[in-house]
Amino acid sequence: MRHIISVLMENEAGALSRVAGLFSARGYNIESLTVAPTEDATLSRMTIVTTGSNEVIEQITKQLNKLVDVIKMQDLSDGDHIERELMLVKVRAATGEQREEMKRLADIFRGRIIDVADKTYTIELTGPGSKLDAFLDALDAGAILETVRTGASGIGRGDRMLKI
Amino acid sequence: MAELELTGAEIVIRCLHAEGVEYVFGYPGGAVLNIYDEIYKQKGFTHVLVRHEQAAVHAADAYSRSTGKVGVALVTSGPGATNAVTGIATAYMDSIPMVVITGQVPTAAIGQDAFQEVDTVGITRPCVKHNFLVKDVKDIAPTIKKAFYIAATGRPGPVVVDIPKDITQHSCTFEYPETISMRSYNPTSKGHAGQIKRAVQMLLEAKRPVIYTGGGAVLGNAAAPLAEMARDLGYPVTSTLMGLGGYKANDPLFLGMLGMHGTYEANMAMQHCDVLIAVGARFDDRVIGNPKHFAKEARRIIHIDIDPSSISKRVKVDVPIVGDVGQVLEEMNRLLKASSERPEQAALKAWWAQIELWRAQDCLKYDRSSAMIKPQYVVEKLYEITQGQAFVTSDVGQHQMWAAQYYKFDEPRRWINSGGLGTMGVGLPYAMGVQLAHPDAMVACITGEGSIQMNIQELSTCKEYKLPIKVILLNNGYLGMVRQWQEFFYEERYAESYVASLPDFAKLAEAYGHVGMRIEKPEDVEPALRRAFTEHKDQLVFMNFITDPRENVYPMIPAGKGLSEMILV
Ligand SMILES: Cc1cc2nc3c(=O)[nH]c(=O)nc-3n(C[C@H](O)[C@H](O)[C@H](O)COP(=O)(O)OP(=O)(O)OC[C@H]3O[C@@H](n4cnc5c(N)ncnc54)[C@H](O)[C@@H]3O)c2cc1C
Ligand SMILES: Cc1ncc(C[n+]2csc(CCOP(=O)(O)OP(=O)(O)O)c2C)c(N)n1
Ligand SMILES: [Mg+2]
Repeated sequence: MRHIISVLMENEAGALSRVAGLFSARGYNIESLTVAPTEDATLSRMTIVTTGSNEVIEQITKQLNKLVDVIKMQDLSDGDHIERELMLVKVRAATGEQREEMKRLADIFRGRIIDVADKTYTIELTGPGSKLDAFLDALDAGAILETVRTGASGIGRGDRMLKI
Repeated sequence: MAELELTGAEIVIRCLHAEGVEYVFGYPGGAVLNIYDEIYKQKGFTHVLVRHEQAAVHAADAYSRSTGKVGVALVTSGPGATNAVTGIATAYMDSIPMVVITGQVPTAAIGQDAFQEVDTVGITRPCVKHNFLVKDVKDIAPTIKKAFYIAATGRPGPVVVDIPKDITQHSCTFEYPETISMRSYNPTSKGHAGQIKRAVQMLLEAKRPVIYTGGGAVLGNAAAPLAEMARDLGYPVTSTLMGLGGYKANDPLFLGMLGMHGTYEANMAMQHCDVLIAVGARFDDRVIGNPKHFAKEARRIIHIDIDPSSISKRVKVDVPIVGDVGQVLEEMNRLLKASSERPEQAALKAWWAQIELWRAQDCLKYDRSSAMIKPQYVVEKLYEITQGQAFVTSDVGQHQMWAAQYYKFDEPRRWINSGGLGTMGVGLPYAMGVQLAHPDAMVACITGEGSIQMNIQELSTCKEYKLPIKVILLNNGYLGMVRQWQEFFYEERYAESYVASLPDFAKLAEAYGHVGMRIEKPEDVEPALRRAFTEHKDQLVFMNFITDPRENVYPMIPAGKGLSEMILV
C-alpha cells in the first residue's frame, strides 16, 4: 500500500541524511521525499511517499519517531489530506502548429507556460501526481524534451494539522 | 567580575567532570592533542591508555554494562575514529549507553580530504543512537550534556560527539547546563495503565505461562520486580543470552537460556505456552528462530519494551506495553497483589509437570569421563571456585555459549558479552572495563584462541593498570563455532576454520609480564583455577586450557528452523 508521511524535524545539518539512511539501511522503499524549512526556520518539514505492507509501514513510523531529530510525524494516508506536486516540462514547440497544441493542452490541465524559446516551451504544472501523469500521457512522447518533478508534498484537511 | 573564558578542550574536561566520569578510555592523536593536554593537567578522572581504539570503546562499553553508568571513550580523527567503529556498533546492538568523543580535522579543513579526515558522523550514523558534529565552541557543553542524556535515557545506546580541532582551541565562558529538555526527544517510561491492566488479567488467566526476559530487564535494573512477579505467580522464567543474571539462574523457576543454544525445557516451554510475557526482550532470530514456526500454536503475547520499534517487529503481540520494565513490572505487581484472582493452580501444576519432563532430558549433559578437557567442565569448575561471584566476560564462539550455559549467573550485570553484533575480540577489553569499575571483584574472561588474538595487545594495558584478570582460554585449536556449522551443515568441509601455528600463549602472557599456564589434563583444571584465584590473586593469569577440539555446543537449533527442531547431544 502507498503511504504519504509527513515528518516535522529539527532543521539541523544531517537530519535529511538520517532519514534517507534509515530507509536505505532497513530496505524501505522511498517513492519520493521532499523537504524544506517551515515558517519557523528551526523546523524542517518532510513529506515521504513510500509503499509497504501494514507491518512495514508500522515499523517505518516507529523508526522515524525514534530518530532523535524527529519531533512529530503523521501518516497522512490515515485520514483526509491533500497532495500536490510540482512538475516542469520542457516540450518541443518549434512550429506554429506545435505551439498552438502545447498551449491548448497546458490550458486544459491548468498549466502555465513559464519559458518561451525559439523551439521550446517550458510548462509548469501542479496537482496530485496522477494529474501530472495524465498530462504526460496526453503529450506526444516525442514532444517531451525534459521533465522535472518535486515529488509530493502533503497536508491534512481542515483541523488535521502537524504542528508543535 | 568578568567571567572566565575556557578553551574548548578545557570545556570538554569540565563537562566530563560535571558528569561524574571516573574513567575515560582512549588513545591520543593530532586532532585531540588539545584535549589530551588538558587531561594531563586534570585529576577528576583517570584516563586509561589502551593499545587499540577498538579496545577503548569495548572497555568503556563493559564499564557501562557492569555498572549501569555511561561509559566514555576518546579517540582521534580518521583511523582513530574508524578503529572505534566496531566498538560503537557492538554497543549499539546491545543498547549500551556510551559517549564516544572523536577528534575531527579543523573546521576549515573538513571536506578537503585533509590528513586523517573521515566523515565520522556519516560513518557512525547507522550504528549510534545519535551523533553530533560540534561547530562552535559554545555548543560543546550543551552537546555533551545532550549526549549523556540521550545515551542513558529511553532505550540506551552509544552517542558520538565529533569535535574539530580548532573548536577545542577557541574559547568561551563555560556553564554546564543543569537540566536538558529536547522537544524532539522525550522517551516514555511509564506504561499505559489500561494495557497494564489487560496484561495482568491475561497473566492470571494463563494455563501454560512463560516469562521470557531479556537484556532490557538488566538495562532497566528490574531484577527485583521481575523476581517478585515470578515468585508471586509461580511461573517459569527463561532468559535470552543478554538477560542472564536478570533472574537467578539457581532458582527452581528458571528454565535456563532459550534460543539457538538454549535448553530443551526453555525452548519447549516457549513453543507450548498459552501466555507469554516478554520483558525487555526483542524476539531476536537467534532466540525464536523462524517467526513462522514460532507462531504456530494459539497463544497470547504481552510485550514490555521501552522502544516501540521493538514491539511487533518480528512477532505480532497482543498486549504491547511501551515503558520502562522496572516501572511497568512494579505496577503489574501492585495490581496482582490487589487482585483477589489467582491463576488456576491445577493447570499450573500440570504445566510444571510437563516442564519437569522436558527438564529430565538433561540437555546440558556431556561426557564427564573423557581423557580430554571438556570446555563445559572448565566453566563448571570456574563457577564452583568463584562461588558464582565472578564477573564473567566472554568473546564470541562456542566458548561464549558454554560460558552462558554452565556459569549460573545469580545477579545482573555480571555476564558481559556481545550478543547482537557477536564481536570476536571483546573479551579482554571487556574484562578491563569491568575490573577497573570493580577493582576488588573476581573478573574472568572466557575466550577462544581465535577471539583472544583479536585484541591480545591489551595484555599490555592490563600490565600497566595492574588488572588481575583471569583469562580462561578454551583452546580447541579451531574457530570452533565455524567448525561446528561446517560439521553439521557443510559435510565436514572445514574451510579455513583450523588455526595453525598458534603462539605459546603461556610464554606470550609472560612476555607481557603476566602469569601463563598451559593445562592439558582434566585433573589439572581445578588446581590451576584454584592457584589462579589464590596464589596469583593479584596478577593477571592466562590459562591456556587445551580442550577437546571436536566438542560441539548442544542443544542447537539450526538457523531458520523452529524452536522445537533442536539437535540434542
Ligand atoms: C554465537 C552467538 C549465539 C547466540 N545464541 C543465542 C541463543 O541461543 N539464545 C539467545 O537468547 N541469544 C543468543 N545470541 C544473542 C542474540 O544474537 C541476541 O543478541 C539476543 O538474543 C538479544 O537479546 P534480547 O532479546 O534480550 O535483546 P537485547 O539486545 O538485550 O535488547 C534489549 C531490549 O530491551 C529493551 N529495553 C532496554 N532498556 C529497557 C528498559 N529500561 N525497559 C524496557 N525495555 C528496555 C530494548 O529496547 C530492547 O528491545 C547469540 C549470539 C551469538 C554471538
Ligand atoms: C570479528 C568477527 N569475525 C568473525 C566472526 C565469525 N565467528 C563467529 S564465532 C567464530 C569462531 C571463534 O573462534 P574461537 O574464538 O576460537 O572460539 P570457539 O568457537 O572455538 O570457542 C567466528 C570466526 C565474528 N563473530 N566476529
Ligand atoms: Mg577456538
